[in-house]
Amino acid sequence: MSQSLLTVAPSPHIHTELTIPQVMRGVIIAMVPALLVSVYNFGLGAVYVTGLSILFCAGAEWAICKFLLKREPTITDGSAVITGMLLAFNVPSNLPWYIILIGSLVSVGIGKMSFGGLGNNPFNPALVGRVFLLLSFPVEMTSWPQAVATWSLDGTTGATPLGILKDGLRAGETVPALMQQMPSYTDFFFGFQGGSLGEMSAFALLIGLGYMLYRKIITWHIPVTMIATVFVMTGIFWFIDPTRFASPLFHVLTGGVMLGAIFMATDYVTSPVSHKGMILFAIGCGVLTVLIRLFGAYPEGVSFAILIMNAFVPLINTYLKPVRYGRKK
Amino acid sequence: MKKRAFHKELKTFRLGGVHPQDNKLSATVPLAQLPLPKQVTIPIVQHIGAPAKVVVQRGDTVKVGQVIAQHEGFISSNIHASCSGRIGIIEDVMDSSGFKHLAVNIRVKGDDWLETIDRTDTLVEEISLSRDEIVARVMEAGVVGMGGAGFPSHAKIKVPEGKTIDTLIINGVECEPYLTADHRLMLEKPREIIVGVRILMKALGVSRAIIGIEDNKHDAIELFEEWLREGKQIEVQPLEVQYPQGGEKQLIQAVLDREVPSGGLPADVGVIVHNVGTTFAIYEAVQKNKPLIERVVTVTGKDVKQPSNLWVRIGTPVIELITAAGGLPESTGKVVSGGPMMGKAIADLEVPVAKGTSGILVIAQAETKRTEEYNCVHCGKCIEACPMGLEPYRLLLLSKAGHSEKSKRENVLDCIECGSCSFVCPSNRPILDYIRLSKTKLKKLK
Repeated sequence: MSQSLLTVAPSPHIHTELTIPQVMRGVIIAMVPALLVSVYNFGLGAVYVTGLSILFCAGAEWAICKFLLKREPTITDGSAVITGMLLAFNVPSNLPWYIILIGSLVSVGIGKMSFGGLGNNPFNPALVGRVFLLLSFPVEMTSWPQAVATWSLDGTTGATPLGILKDGLRAGETVPALMQQMPSYTDFFFGFQGGSLGEMSAFALLIGLGYMLYRKIITWHIPVTMIATVFVMTGIFWFIDPTRFASPLFHVLTGGVMLGAIFMATDYVTSPVSHKGMILFAIGCGVLTVLIRLFGAYPEGVSFAILIMNAFVPLINTYLKPVRYGRKK
Repeated sequence: MKKRAFHKELKTFRLGGVHPQDNKLSATVPLAQLPLPKQVTIPIVQHIGAPAKVVVQRGDTVKVGQVIAQHEGFISSNIHASCSGRIGIIEDVMDSSGFKHLAVNIRVKGDDWLETIDRTDTLVEEISLSRDEIVARVMEAGVVGMGGAGFPSHAKIKVPEGKTIDTLIINGVECEPYLTADHRLMLEKPREIIVGVRILMKALGVSRAIIGIEDNKHDAIELFEEWLREGKQIEVQPLEVQYPQGGEKQLIQAVLDREVPSGGLPADVGVIVHNVGTTFAIYEAVQKNKPLIERVVTVTGKDVKQPSNLWVRIGTPVIELITAAGGLPESTGKVVSGGPMMGKAIADLEVPVAKGTSGILVIAQAETKRTEEYNCVHCGKCIEACPMGLEPYRLLLLSKAGHSEKSKRENVLDCIECGSCSFVCPSNRPILDYIRLSKTKLKKLK
């Protein structure tokens, strides 16, 4: 070792091991339990949809980098895989391949790459794709296969618990009567219910949350605040009139609140940077979700709530400063 | 969880902080004397303030402890011969800052000390000097802050006009990974350090002193609790392990829950902070009449054969320390003067050890390279880590765009350059590099 070859660089000289690829890998691992529940419930459909979605999203990013932007493809950072998984988690498990392809192109192409790739997109890419599909293919996007493990690609379809609730209330029925037709809370918790591919099992999603908290990938602020907001707000309505409004536990365990709070609202890029900002953002997500569910046209509102709040993130980041040291007035 | 036997609850600072791997490889290695080098090169600027004025000439014979450069004004410091011998060339030499500064070379001959210096190990507990005499003695002995900042210590012993100091904090945190110099000194010289604390208390006229030590140094905490059981004026405060707790502002927040106002000094909130190494040097200056001519330096690194804690004469070339610790490893990519978070990479192993050199860290080639940089994903980890409550990611963007004035409004000048933001960034962005750029620009504009 010759002395003249010593590297001279400014401090710090050490670096955390939690780099972007490690973070992305961690998020992917955290999604595995929910995926397994989905495979158990929906069989091959879940594998098929998730696999295609990952393939299309990663492929779209690769192609856009290679042929449109003419720069080194960035798929090795792992974020396209996560977008693919999240998109799959947000659609029915019997979605035809061409709809998945369109969703992937919109997610990655419009949602992410058009803004300059990882880190620059204002809206959660998977949700952009999901909402685009929901508006473009309302029938395919709301025919939910029931949670019965079938290893064929056709199965019976039906409505989600929230869908049953919304339609029933419109038809003049009361909440207690409608709850009779639904699975128990234990079934909700472990995921034996209809719905999008990855949103059913609160249990599996909470395992993922625990893992991400343990690895220090995310902090508790967004998921806990958002779930608590939904719980408290629906609790107030339920307390006022339990015949018109479902219980807070029902709301928290159904329709993607868990998935949204744990995996969608916590997306680094599209959520605020400071803890105070995260809490404000999560409260907004929770409040909008409940408003859409109880008073809006859609039975569930997590996707719209998060997308709307995404738009406020730059504002929150600009005006909610962290507590400064030594600048108390 | 292991039950803590400490008398007090663990405390820590409130804003930010990171947890790099400890890697205190030399924590159990006792202090040892580095053999005298053939020559020493003593920089004239080892402190903040006016440079000292050289008072020797080439060819002069000097004894250990003799003044070779005299302080100029109050915020300045004496420089002493750390070895006896003949004065060699006096010229500009590269120091650990990477810049060339004036330095005095001494060709070492024998080990001939000034007779006024008490070289024995006997503990002198009685403090006979008055407050002013203490300040004068510390100034004479050339003691400066040994935690790295290098602020002349005598200027921090005199209570500033119009300020009241109620608490003296002794910094035994040593939050930099790898470094163990202060830890070993606390274990091996606790009684001397306690006398040093009493000297400081007398000079400052305070009745309360708190020694802050991090929880990864159980033995030192227990030792000091044992020695301080009788008195009530000096306490030990165990602290949670968290970087950068050794930062003055963070330590004050951790121990007393006070915040030094932006642009202010600890004295503004009634506090003076001294490092344990400095406290020991003050003990030696006042009780033993010994100037600051040697210090403890940790020589460490994952591939270093014998990580050590060495008593080293000021001015000794770094290569001598590395040789004593088993030689420069084949894998070496970087050599750092100081710790891995705030230390300076040195370009040349002939760089001399200075009063503020707490460690020499050898980093392997494989760990030297920065990994691939990604776009900022706005994860907020830098904000979570910043102990000053700044928004490092934003400061980087502003710096890149050249908006110095906006950076100033975002309090960039409050940055203590602890490196937590760069350490924690998952996208490997050189945040601190850009913040330094902004700070330098703003200082030049002033």
